[in-house]
Amino acid sequence: MTDSTFRTEMIEAREAPDQSRGVIGWFRANLFNGPINSIISIVVILLLARLVWPFLEWAVIDADWIGTTRDACTGEGACWVFISARFESIVYGFYPEAARWRVDIVFALLAILVAWLAIPKMPRKKWVALFTLIGFPIIAFVLLVGGMFGLQHVPTRAWGGLMLTLTIAVVGIVGSLPLGIILALGRRSKMPFVKGVCVIFIEFWRGVPLITVLFMASVMLPLFVPGNIDFDKLVRALIGIMFFWSAYMAEVIRSGLQAIGKGQNEAGQALGLGYWQRTGLIILPQALKMVIPGIVNTFIALFKDTSLVLIIGLFDMLAIIRAGLTDSNWLGFSTEGYVFAAAVYWVFCFSMSRYSQYIERRLNTGHKR
Amino acid sequence: MLRPSTTLPRRGRGPLWRNPAVRALIIQAVLFLALAIFIGYLVHNTLLNLEARGIHTGFGFLDGRAGFSIPQTLIDYTSDSTYGKTFVIGLLNTLLVSALGIVAATIIGFLVGIARLSPNWLLARLATIYVEAFRNIPLLVQILFWYYAVLRALPSPRQSLSLFDAFFFNVRGMVMPDPQPLDGFSATPWALLVAIVAAIVFGLLAKRRQARTGQALPVYWIGAAIIIGLPLIVFLATGSPLEWALPEMAGFNFRGGINILPELLALWLALSIYTAAFIAEIVRSGILSVSHGQTEAARSLSLPEAITLRKIVIPQAMRVIVPQMTSQYLNLIKNSSLATAIGYPDLVAVFAGTTLNQTGQAIEIIAMTMAVYLVISLTVSFLMNLYNARTLLKER
Repeated sequence: MTDSTFRTEMIEAREAPDQSRGVIGWFRANLFNGPINSIISIVVILLLARLVWPFLEWAVIDADWIGTTRDACTGEGACWVFISARFESIVYGFYPEAARWRVDIVFALLAILVAWLAIPKMPRKKWVALFTLIGFPIIAFVLLVGGMFGLQHVPTRAWGGLMLTLTIAVVGIVGSLPLGIILALGRRSKMPFVKGVCVIFIEFWRGVPLITVLFMASVMLPLFVPGNIDFDKLVRALIGIMFFWSAYMAEVIRSGLQAIGKGQNEAGQALGLGYWQRTGLIILPQALKMVIPGIVNTFIALFKDTSLVLIIGLFDMLAIIRAGLTDSNWLGFSTEGYVFAAAVYWVFCFSMSRYSQYIERRLNTGHKR
Repeated sequence: MLRPSTTLPRRGRGPLWRNPAVRALIIQAVLFLALAIFIGYLVHNTLLNLEARGIHTGFGFLDGRAGFSIPQTLIDYTSDSTYGKTFVIGLLNTLLVSALGIVAATIIGFLVGIARLSPNWLLARLATIYVEAFRNIPLLVQILFWYYAVLRALPSPRQSLSLFDAFFFNVRGMVMPDPQPLDGFSATPWALLVAIVAAIVFGLLAKRRQARTGQALPVYWIGAAIIIGLPLIVFLATGSPLEWALPEMAGFNFRGGINILPELLALWLALSIYTAAFIAEIVRSGILSVSHGQTEAARSLSLPEAITLRKIVIPQAMRVIVPQMTSQYLNLIKNSSLATAIGYPDLVAVFAGTTLNQTGQAIEIIAMTMAVYLVISLTVSFLMNLYNARTLLKER
């Protein structure tokens, strides 16, 4: 029997009304859903139009890109010739031209190592990491300083620019990580004197600004060594930076150590492992993995703060740009100079921060229960 | 029949260094000795070096005549004042810029943090861009940018940019009206004090009333009305005894009004904008950390949105926000030492800069400067620990 009163098949789904799909629908849902939101959207759009467009006009459309001298700066916009004319010194500082290939090799090696460590699929991570921490600094030291194997000696006075910025950053990172691990372990030690020393060390460096540390390194450290030893200015700054950041690193690592359950340590003890075996094989691998985002954030802060060395008279990238601004041929290009410096730092820091977020997401899967 | 061996191998005492207690003692003794020798060596070298350079240690230099002028002094200072006074001047300037920065950074940070959670796509994106842009650029670059590229590029005093003909911006900073209290003005601050006390008392009474009867009074509105209203009435009743000295152009510069150094403005702008990016992230994570079940529970009790926010979400978010926020405040105070890069006369620039160069008393001066920052951070972290202990989640 058939009953024609009822439909037996489904009505085909109709499309959503014009107002709620496509571009218009998106706008209505995200920008104009309600009077207050509409007002906010309009204000933001106006603000962007007032700010972004003039900036683009200044930085790109009206800007001067080609040329070598100040005469090339004609337009209303930015004159990037200021940057391109001194690009070499922004990258290499006062490093002798004939020896710049050595800096290039170090740059390339650093890029390869960092990429290797950062890309999760690459094999033999452990050995590459070990090489980055031990082998690479030695190679870089030999290449940059010279004075052996027939390489011309380049004093650290001549170092500068991006090369010095990266040197300080890498030395700071490579030095502060192991020191931070030792301090973090020391702070959790059951021996009161060891613990006390580590707590005082960490809290002291965390309590003072980096500037005073650098001042201390530049005016007080020479007093600490026998008068006849000439203590390199860069080395002094590096020691200060390393101590300062190792304290921050220690606190990050300590938070990782605290997150490891007691059972892990006890299980190690039950297996008859000694302190260093338990720490090195069980605790640290888990703890460090957990705090990679925190470590990367410390790296970012360290990288940003390398710019402070200009205050004690070292010529890092920012200092070279600043020195260029006082050149009487190029007065009045502060905006270009600082915007360029900001952009370079931003690219480095932003990529590091994205990487740390990516790692965080990857690690999350393992630890969320 | 198999029998378990009843004679376990006797555990010998073994060598002494296998005993954990003895080993701990040895390690600590070795560390102590090494540290003592190292520090002794440094002290020995330092004393020799100081003697060779003819520097006398001690804090006697603080009574010496400074002989240099400082562009911004909150208390009386002339170049005849002592070095000790330069320490105080620098400290006050540091505290001034830190206080200004903390207020501005908190306001901007909260606004941006809330904007990042806004349902308005554009606003949320804009806030994200703000955070990602400013926290990834070194503070020093930002300070130099604001100072050299913006404030130093302003016109000379004659062509000042003016705002309402009361605020003028030029290459020498900002000039603003100077309030001149007349006779009888002192009644107003007293009225303000009385009003604040009255508002607090009223708040307590209202709370007790609510506990007794269950009826809530609009405490915030009435409190605000008391705090604003009472001083205003007193001010008007005493005949508005306040005049504003408007800055006027005289010759090549302004006369009257308060001149705010461009260094202070640049440092303030950079510190607030930079720190606000971090505070925004803290606020956002704090609000997100309140579990969704809390708001849903409030809704199912049919609490209005505003009450949900004020009584449920914010108190719980604060537990996450406050400790991180204090550490940002500490960072801001420490970062204010970057003032020295643009010559704002803060503690580091004046005391660890000029005074150190003039006297050569490196050890004493660096130690005093570091001690100031250390005392500030240790005090704040101590207070923070107290706060944490109080707001700790009470669990079974």
